[in-house]
Amino acid sequence: MKFGIVQFPGSNCDFDCYYAIKNVMKIPSAWIWHKQNEFSGFDCIVLPGGFTYGDYLRVGAIARYSPVMKAIINFARKGGLVVGICNGFQVLTEARLLPGTLIRNECLHFICKKQSIRVENNHTPFTGMCQKGQVLQMPIAHGEGCYFADIEIINEMEKNNQIIFRYSDINGQTSKEANPNGSISNIAGICNKKGNVLGLMPHPERNIEDCLGSGDGKLIFESIEMYLKKEKILQNN
Amino acid sequence: MNKLQQKNFWQKWKLTSNEYKTICHILGREPNELELGIFSVMWSEHCSYKNTRSLLKTLPAKANWVVQGPGENAGIIDIGEDELVVMKMESHNHPSAIEPFQGAATGVGGILRDIFTMGARPIALLDSLFFGDYNDNHTKYLFNGVVGGISFYGNCVGVPTVGGETVFSKDYQGNILVNVMCVGLVKRERIVRAIAKGEGNSVILIGAKTGRDGIGGAAFASVELNKKSEEDRPAVQIGDPFAEKLLIEACLEIVQFEEVIGLQDCGAAGLTSSLSEMAFRGDSGLEIELSKVPQRELEMNPFEVMLSESQERMVVVVKKGMEERVLSTLKKWELDSSVIGQVTRDRNFTIKDNGKVIADIPVSSLAEGAPAIQRNIKEPEWQKEKTRLNLDELEEYDNYNSILLKLLSSPNVACKEGIYQQYDHMVQVNTIVPPGDDAAILRLKGSKKAIALTTEGNGRYCFLDPYQGAKIVVAEAARNLSCKGALPRAVTDCLNFGAPENSDSYWQLVQAIKGLSEACKFFNTPVISGNVSLYNENDGKPIDPTPVIGMVGVIDDYNQICTLDFKNENDLIFLLGENHNELGGSEYLEVIHNRICGLPPFLDIKLEKKLHSFCRKMIEEGLFASAHDCSIGGLAISLSESCICSGLGAEIDLLTDFRSDCILFGESQSRIVISVSPDNTQKLTESAREMDIPIQFIGHVRGDILKINKWINLPLTIINEAWRKL
Repeated sequence: MKFGIVQFPGSNCDFDCYYAIKNVMKIPSAWIWHKQNEFSGFDCIVLPGGFTYGDYLRVGAIARYSPVMKAIINFARKGGLVVGICNGFQVLTEARLLPGTLIRNECLHFICKKQSIRVENNHTPFTGMCQKGQVLQMPIAHGEGCYFADIEIINEMEKNNQIIFRYSDINGQTSKEANPNGSISNIAGICNKKGNVLGLMPHPERNIEDCLGSGDGKLIFESIEMYLKKEKILQNN
Repeated sequence: MNKLQQKNFWQKWKLTSNEYKTICHILGREPNELELGIFSVMWSEHCSYKNTRSLLKTLPAKANWVVQGPGENAGIIDIGEDELVVMKMESHNHPSAIEPFQGAATGVGGILRDIFTMGARPIALLDSLFFGDYNDNHTKYLFNGVVGGISFYGNCVGVPTVGGETVFSKDYQGNILVNVMCVGLVKRERIVRAIAKGEGNSVILIGAKTGRDGIGGAAFASVELNKKSEEDRPAVQIGDPFAEKLLIEACLEIVQFEEVIGLQDCGAAGLTSSLSEMAFRGDSGLEIELSKVPQRELEMNPFEVMLSESQERMVVVVKKGMEERVLSTLKKWELDSSVIGQVTRDRNFTIKDNGKVIADIPVSSLAEGAPAIQRNIKEPEWQKEKTRLNLDELEEYDNYNSILLKLLSSPNVACKEGIYQQYDHMVQVNTIVPPGDDAAILRLKGSKKAIALTTEGNGRYCFLDPYQGAKIVVAEAARNLSCKGALPRAVTDCLNFGAPENSDSYWQLVQAIKGLSEACKFFNTPVISGNVSLYNENDGKPIDPTPVIGMVGVIDDYNQICTLDFKNENDLIFLLGENHNELGGSEYLEVIHNRICGLPPFLDIKLEKKLHSFCRKMIEEGLFASAHDCSIGGLAISLSESCICSGLGAEIDLLTDFRSDCILFGESQSRIVISVSPDNTQKLTESAREMDIPIQFIGHVRGDILKINKWINLPLTIINEAWRKL
């Protein structure tokens, strides 16, 4: 099993993801440079947070044209697991691997704080170790995290169980007060129809050690690890 | 008389006739206009410290753990780990007063470069911000701009902003202070100096192209602001954090190469300052060719190229003929680079334009040639008058509920969450105690060690007594660190004062440095880096004298730390230290009685130090459940904050003969409020007795009301609401 962590110019959570997955979770990991137009041997690709190309234009709009994105799109089409965190989520929507878009926070400024999110679907490769309705502590840090999509798309995502995480309070209530950025329907994370591409604004890699909080972020990486192990067993049989 | 002198030409360049004569003597001829411009910026206070050099020498700079003291881009200390801690604080006051967003943003960019120039990865930023009257509309514009600029730059480069302070006082109206501190980590063998040596070695300029932005910024920083200053907007630079992020990564790669001799950022006075300083440190000369400098704009003249303060540029000196690896690394990070010259032996700074020499100046005359200015020291006549305060004139009350709420919502006391939530304070996953506590704590990956960081400044105390005020600033920073469990190790400072030509301001500067020096010696916290910002005035009126310090402390095991919030119902609350019957310089006096007067609080520096050792020992033994320093707003505010942050109330019963207002809101130093579980109290009081620490049991953590004697009785919900009004 091997994770690939993509480095774009301006990625700034790349080291954090690498540290979290490789040093803390002890999952073999390697870098993928943005200029690579192909890669192989990876089971899961992580697009980390940051400000790709400074995000002076629309967030993620330039990174989407990096050579590596073609390879990632191919990888995803073949069913490979892809996780976009924060800016990585934004890049995935720009690349149309995920529906909808992320716009400026309702309060019009950057927000960094601790945040509760509720698991809406635990039948995915990314949440198998969670309970449905479980409340996770996962910090946010973004200026453009307000998820938006047409009502038809939202309805379709609801129907397909593509909404994976919602912002909630500590008790799991998804009220307006618990919504930090104005996201439609409190959406914090979604997956594609096929279920192999996840995008989320909160940072699991920022809460995987006891000294940084509750360690809830581990659940995401453990879920992926477990899913991949099961898949390998099925393949071998 | 020559042509230049006849026109008093030096005045345009903000030089004195005496300085002009010295320049002629150094060169053995008249300078040309470019040379004069170069001297002008290099001899400005900002670059030369001509008013402060002799004073700064009195600050302690040495200790066994100091690896690099003042003189490089940043100071370095050894904390007994694989990696060393690098730190520096710098002001960006005038640019921020004129163009708050870009002024603050480029302030962050500049201080980051000071850190990674040393070969260190920046791991934390802190900002000390001082604004004018909170209710003034222009203040709101400046405040939003500065916070926005810091957020824009710091978040993008991926360095967490973990702490700082924000102060509002009408004395900063028109001349705000933006002091930014950066901390980094470097392995000993990777430390790089900002040096140019070895004849023939290549001088490479990397990063952004040079434009017309920020020309004359250093000179601009060395004059007073006035109503016309907004016309100087072109002297403010524009920041590009994306380019900076690439520079960080590229520079941290190339510093590993043995062919890299020296690395320097282009800060104030642009290429002029960075190149001449590098040559001076290497006891060398430099020859550069202007046509090789990549330019962003057409037809820039030599003066503009040499003095441009375009951001996100670095200079690297590389061994001759071995440029390839450096250049290809820069290319990988998509950074422009150009070999603009080479190191020479003659110790001259030689500038050529298409082969023709257009300036030729001895390097040493630029780096340290500015004639030092000696001034008379005289206490202002009004000084004694300000310290007068007769407490009998102030009415005492039976009930202080509304007063406490008013103080809690005062912008200087109120919760700053709305500010620090705009900064990414978690990136790099080291922040184990986030902003909002007495100090921020960052763990060091792969080790049990952690560092604690705080900044401290107090213009009000320093206005009333700059000597005592400066000592308090150091004591309080050390207390902030100690009550989190950290051992204070080093200081970086930013000295914000009025024009030295104003004898009142100069006296304040001298007194404050004396106080800083004494206190830093006493607390064993050498001043390893810093900067001076004079000419902080608006329309002739100087700001309050404001020495700001950043302090770093070391924690051996990050499991042995303490935070300010109460932890458990029925824990016992103690006050460490002693109360005094005083209100001088307090927030209470200003907010409630609209008076800024009296002597700053009493400070028993020996007791203070003893108290710090006691706190660290108790935290190490795990005896404190919480600890919070009493500072602005006094004991009542400290208790309120420990309640609010935990959601737990407190029942306090203070036995005292002092005035109620002094007990509640006086800002006596060397006091810490702690809470302790009932099981640990005996051990605690015994240790306090052994170490001769004044300790007083004052109440219990209990319920959801804060009750202090008969004076205060308020539900936490009301206290919380008042505190979060900002």
